[in-house]
Amino acid sequence: MQVNEKEFKPLIVAFCCNWCSYAGADLSGTNRLNYPANVKIIRVPCSCRVNPMFVLRAFQRGADGVILCGCHPGDCHYTTGNYYTRRRMTLLFSMLDYLGIERDRTRVEWVSAAEGAKFAATMNDFVATVTRLGENKRLEDLRCKKQ
Amino acid sequence: MQEAMIRRAKELLADGTVNRVLGWQRGEFVYDVTPAVFASPDELDASFVYNDFCGANLSKYLVAESRKEGKVLAFLKPCDTYSLNQLTAEHRVVRENIYAIGLPCEGKADVEALKAAGAAGITGIADGGDTFTVHTLYGDQTVAKADALAERCANCKSKQCVTYDELLGENGAVQNSHRFDMVEQLENMTADERYAFWQGELSRCIRCNACRNACPACTCEKCVFDNPQSGIANTAPADSFEEKLFHIIRAFHVAGRCTDCGECSRVCPQHIPLHLLNRKFIKDINELYGPYQAGADVAARGPLTDFTFEDCEPSVVHERGVN
Ligand code: SF4
Ligand code: SF4
Ligand code: FES
Repeated sequence: MQVNEKEFKPLIVAFCCNWCSYAGADLSGTNRLNYPANVKIIRVPCSCRVNPMFVLRAFQRGADGVILCGCHPGDCHYTTGNYYTRRRMTLLFSMLDYLGIERDRTRVEWVSAAEGAKFAATMNDFVATVTRLGENKRLEDLRCKKQ
Repeated sequence: MQEAMIRRAKELLADGTVNRVLGWQRGEFVYDVTPAVFASPDELDASFVYNDFCGANLSKYLVAESRKEGKVLAFLKPCDTYSLNQLTAEHRVVRENIYAIGLPCEGKADVEALKAAGAAGITGIADGGDTFTVHTLYGDQTVAKADALAERCANCKSKQCVTYDELLGENGAVQNSHRFDMVEQLENMTADERYAFWQGELSRCIRCNACRNACPACTCEKCVFDNPQSGIANTAPADSFEEKLFHIIRAFHVAGRCTDCGECSRVCPQHIPLHLLNRKFIKDINELYGPYQAGADVAARGPLTDFTFEDCEPSVVHERGVN
């Protein structure tokens, strides 16, 4: 994706589980696959470490989109963590949608340690989606905005 | 009913089954009823009251009361028994220390609705089936229940006491309620309309924390909203983000555990329809993970502490039709 200077560049927070998706991100780096630099990765021990509050906090601190990446269901390092993530995030995203907050600003994607290409493709696609949505207004905290 | 309750409470006090009684205490006005603990027959005679204004859910008080010395007698309405079951399942109460008497319930009155219907100087209330007969300083007035019931009673989910040691009167049945109608209406709005609706509602919140404090599902001793490090501890929301943060997290923390008892909406001084947030979670859980009623069964596993391999992906939310 070509991004020119004047264009809006969304800030994306990606929570990646240590065992699969973070390694997947690493792999996409060592393979020299491109994904936009505005994706900020936060490493978590397991996708199920992500408290709904983290997602909201990310928006508060200026994120325009939040994506959670974890091992594929069945492959979680802790066996079942991501099954809980799946239910939690489904309900949280549904609630955000119910409050009228753009649902496309949130996403969950399962990325294994071998899927460097999927990681890059997912990020490119997510950045493009959020760029289309524009700045996060509905979950913003003005006090946290850069002047 | 009040006489029967006092009589039974005195018997249980006398034979030593319980050493105190959790019920409602008379206030300055007839609709001013407060949850209270009575330790003697004299106290019961002096101020125990039970009428159509006794909406408060007494289950939450059992978290503290059931850990004290001796058994406590608690009078519970059907929806309060769901809360007690849920608290028992979560090991928040000592069930052996509670003697629960289940009460039948035909719906409690919302005093503000009665006042809005023109009742002034209210001195008493009587249930007349489909109506309330309100005694006032200016004579009796009849108000249709449709206009005067508390919201949760108008959309009652169940008149069945699900846990009790004894029943006064007949047990009721699970109701065919319309409690999700309003949630559905909201779902059918556009995102912009929903956003405007919730902005209008949530921006009135003064963060009094009454909704949390009254909630029988909110019983953590250390609450995230009391943590001074959280940035949102016990202050009025500074901006629309904080309002949403509080309300999303409050509702999320009770998701799968909320029995839909309606206390939160009842106690909110700002009349914020908190039940519409809770019911959204309940409705989603029912639709995505199968019908579940918190508190109906002590042995049931909560939907958020459970999973199946076939659960839907979070993308179901994105795949829903766009309004
Ligand atoms: S009871 Fe109402 S005003 Fe008070 S914190 Fe809850 S929603 Fe806000
Ligand atoms: S969230 Fe409201 S309806 Fe649900 S259990 Fe708590 S007080 Fe009752
Ligand atoms: S360790 Fe990757 S999702 Fe649990």
